[in-house]
Amino acid sequence: MSAVSASRTTAALAVENLEVAYTVRGIDRAVLRGVSFSIAPGEAYGLVGESGCGKSTTAYAALRYLPRNGKIVRGRVLVGGDDVTGMNTSQLQRFRATEASMVYQDPAQAMNPSVKIGRQLIESFTLLGQSKPVAAKSALDALRRVRIADPVRVMDRYPFQLSGGMQQRVVIAMALACDPKLLVLDEPTTGLDATVEAEVLDLVRVLREESNAAVLLIAHNLGIIRSLCDRVGVMYAGRIVEEGPSHQVFDDPQHPYTVGLLRSLPRHGVRKTERALATIPGILPLIGTDLPTCVFVDRCPLADDLCRDEVPPAAPVGTEGLRFTRCHHPDRIHELVQAPPDVPIGILSSSGANPEVLELTHVSKTFRQRNVNIPALVDVNLQLAEGETLGIVGESGSGKSTLAKTILGIESADSGGAVSLDGHTVAPNTTGRSANDKRAMQMVFQNPDSALNRSWSVRRILMRSVEKLTGIKGDEANARVEALAAHLRLTPRHLDLKPRQLSGGLKQRVAIARAFAGDPRIVVCDEPTSALDVSVQAAILNLLADLQSEEKTSYVFITHDMGVVRYLADRIAVMYLGRIQEVGPTDDVFNGPNHPYTEALLSAIPSVDGEPTSRIRLEGEIPSPANPPSGCVFHPRCPRVIPGVCEVSEPPLREVAPGHAMRCHIPIEQLVELQRKPLTV
Amino acid sequence: MVRYLLRRLASAVVTLWLLATIVFLIVSVLPGDVGRRVLGPFALKEDVARYNHQIGTDRPLIRQYLTTIRRLFTLDFGNSYQTASSVNKIIFPALFRSGKLALLAFVITIPISIAAGIFAARRQDKPSDRIVVTTGLASSSIPEFVTAAVLLSVFSVHWRLGKVFANPPDGTSVIGQFRYLIMPALAMVVAYFGYITRMSRAGVIHGLQSDYARTATMKGLSKGEVMRRHILRNALAPTITVISVQIGYLFGGIIGVEKVFNYAGLGSTMLNAVTHKDIPVLQAAVLLVGVVYMSSTLLADVLIAFLNPRVRLETTR
Repeated sequence: MSAVSASRTTAALAVENLEVAYTVRGIDRAVLRGVSFSIAPGEAYGLVGESGCGKSTTAYAALRYLPRNGKIVRGRVLVGGDDVTGMNTSQLQRFRATEASMVYQDPAQAMNPSVKIGRQLIESFTLLGQSKPVAAKSALDALRRVRIADPVRVMDRYPFQLSGGMQQRVVIAMALACDPKLLVLDEPTTGLDATVEAEVLDLVRVLREESNAAVLLIAHNLGIIRSLCDRVGVMYAGRIVEEGPSHQVFDDPQHPYTVGLLRSLPRHGVRKTERALATIPGILPLIGTDLPTCVFVDRCPLADDLCRDEVPPAAPVGTEGLRFTRCHHPDRIHELVQAPPDVPIGILSSSGANPEVLELTHVSKTFRQRNVNIPALVDVNLQLAEGETLGIVGESGSGKSTLAKTILGIESADSGGAVSLDGHTVAPNTTGRSANDKRAMQMVFQNPDSALNRSWSVRRILMRSVEKLTGIKGDEANARVEALAAHLRLTPRHLDLKPRQLSGGLKQRVAIARAFAGDPRIVVCDEPTSALDVSVQAAILNLLADLQSEEKTSYVFITHDMGVVRYLADRIAVMYLGRIQEVGPTDDVFNGPNHPYTEALLSAIPSVDGEPTSRIRLEGEIPSPANPPSGCVFHPRCPRVIPGVCEVSEPPLREVAPGHAMRCHIPIEQLVELQRKPLTV
Repeated sequence: MVRYLLRRLASAVVTLWLLATIVFLIVSVLPGDVGRRVLGPFALKEDVARYNHQIGTDRPLIRQYLTTIRRLFTLDFGNSYQTASSVNKIIFPALFRSGKLALLAFVITIPISIAAGIFAARRQDKPSDRIVVTTGLASSSIPEFVTAAVLLSVFSVHWRLGKVFANPPDGTSVIGQFRYLIMPALAMVVAYFGYITRMSRAGVIHGLQSDYARTATMKGLSKGEVMRRHILRNALAPTITVISVQIGYLFGGIIGVEKVFNYAGLGSTMLNAVTHKDIPVLQAAVLLVGVVYMSSTLLADVLIAFLNPRVRLETTR
């Protein structure tokens, strides 16, 4: 690991005391408050921090691409010694064409939807002065370089015809066209599935070895930063508050904010029964706030008068000169790290002792599209006990959301299957369900922005749910709304605000309050925290666990985040192509033995703790549900496939231990043996 | 693509049939006796009855309906009640004249308003953008017959730059006809400039804020190249839809302008047919406007499919 701090002259990127402001309603509001860092050629530097901290602004400012209302107020950006801040338009174009490139979040949007991949890629090369035929050849080579299997065919496709992983490879190929000195990756894997994310990260790692580009990686996922970056800068409110080699910063944080971030992550296999997650109380200061103080002062447990009066200087950490922290009290950090463990959230007796709330027997869901049957759920059998959380994991397209909708009756299950609530079979569709059945099952969505009516106040949103679900009206309903809000730690002041006036975490609280308005038996949560920052996520997870222990509500919790599901779920079901491939108690699923698909999913997670994981790479894409593979549907991608067996017949869901079942032909003893030593593929 | 077109054509035929049926129903529930209306209050009862028998209005409604529909397929709209000549002789020249005027109006409007939209989008919220937007809003809120009347009195009467009557005499050269048509065409331009400008401005602003425009900029393309190679193609689809709908309006809807310039287009023909209860002419005119409407939307859909591979490829399957 090259952790040598880049000296100013040789740095691939040097950001010097950069201040950026956005003009809002005629006033310049500071976003970056003096950011300085540098990256050596071939080095990878990560910026982390919660949304709004300025990490993306820093990246875009480095390439002089700011929104119309943004401007660089002070400071310089040097790439390979050239001052980007002073370039004129044509110099800037030349610079972007030849010196620096960027890879974006959401590759589907990053490419022109109506131009073929080939033309978009060739354009990157003709900009370097290559003739069309030469550029076409370079484009093919570029696709091979990012390990695209059939480059000739891909050249002739449109972006929407490629999967997310392929799209991101093409964007990376475009970015590498000029062999850049600086490569900026802005959340390159956010929104991609864990297995695809792992592929893209592997590719970036390999490409780094092939080129000498300096990498600036923006990510909110600390595990990705750790697995890819030599050094990391932790940003808060437009300043870098801590910097150092990434393994040192994550293993031994020296700033209260870094400590807070790390402590709010569900890690080390912690479970809701052991302790609540730590949160960072308070919110990020608004942009433009005058901060002649420590930027973190309002949320810091160590803050004193010194912190309120003076901007802390960068205090060196250790003797090697590789690290600094902007904290007045680095000597007291250990108090935070060693803070007593939080109280456990109410512990429920083991799930077996509780009565069953929900049962799915032989539930299938087949969609019909253009006269083709598309099985989205195939013979799903599940039970959910009172007060239990069932985690549902799987890649996109695995049928997680269809399962949720089928339980709730938004989609009706095919005939032959049954959804039972508290022992009685309910109608497959909401319209056929009684008011009481509807009240008993509620949902919390991923994006509270689109789940809440924007033009209604919080009070009106909750009032309507209370009235609709319980039939209570008038003052009584209002009293209930207020009690509900208090229960969800919303203050009376919040009730009269509109959703847009609330932060993401508060909006999600309102959405949860809405679901709880009628004392539900079951709440289906579809990725409820994936749009939230980690400290807010921790607060929401704590809230969900609290509510569950008080109300004995059962959760069906859909997520792609293995850390979250491990924290919250009592049992986990792993889905692939509409089938449950493995289901079992959380500990069993995490400790193994596992279905080979679960094994691959688990190995794909980049860990913030840098735990050694031998990566299992899944070849190919999820097959189309309209045309599932023969036999075991996972066999074309399975690294442990038994030829002659797996493609012939589909294995049944067999119980391998009490409550732990999987759909695999390999005998359990053999799986235990196989998974003891890491697989090398 | 061929299948898509066939499907679109089939649905167009169904729509036309519905339109014909609705027109027929409205006409048949109109009170009064056709023969009496045509022959006048002093005609003999027997003459009225004979006339009704001759044109078939004494037969049961369903038979009349079937006859009407059958005639549609042969483009036979019958004879005008007013002049007793074939409806086709009245309606097709009128359609041709409306077409000429609409074409001229569009040839002027489309480039000007799309250019203005792009100009304004690139200067979003700056004074020049505000001027374009406000001008567009103002011009589209003036009724077109008022614009027509002003243009007529200022340019045609006072400065004698255009003609007062837009109908060119037979045998006028193409350039000569231009002098006759330019004033009514300008009135239409003023009416539609604002709308199309606003649409293209919105599309381009959306394109400028898109991620793919960011990618193109970061590749090192100049602003002009980003606009030409990446944004326009995606940004103009909604504008094309709007324009195509406007074509239908322009053929049938600009009665005010045609009236002011005394131009015998489809609009004035329809107005004339309504005031004189000339039902065959009215029926044919309404259907023709329907055909124009549908062809222009079909054309727009084909254009959009051409510009947007997603539409094209998904409709081919």
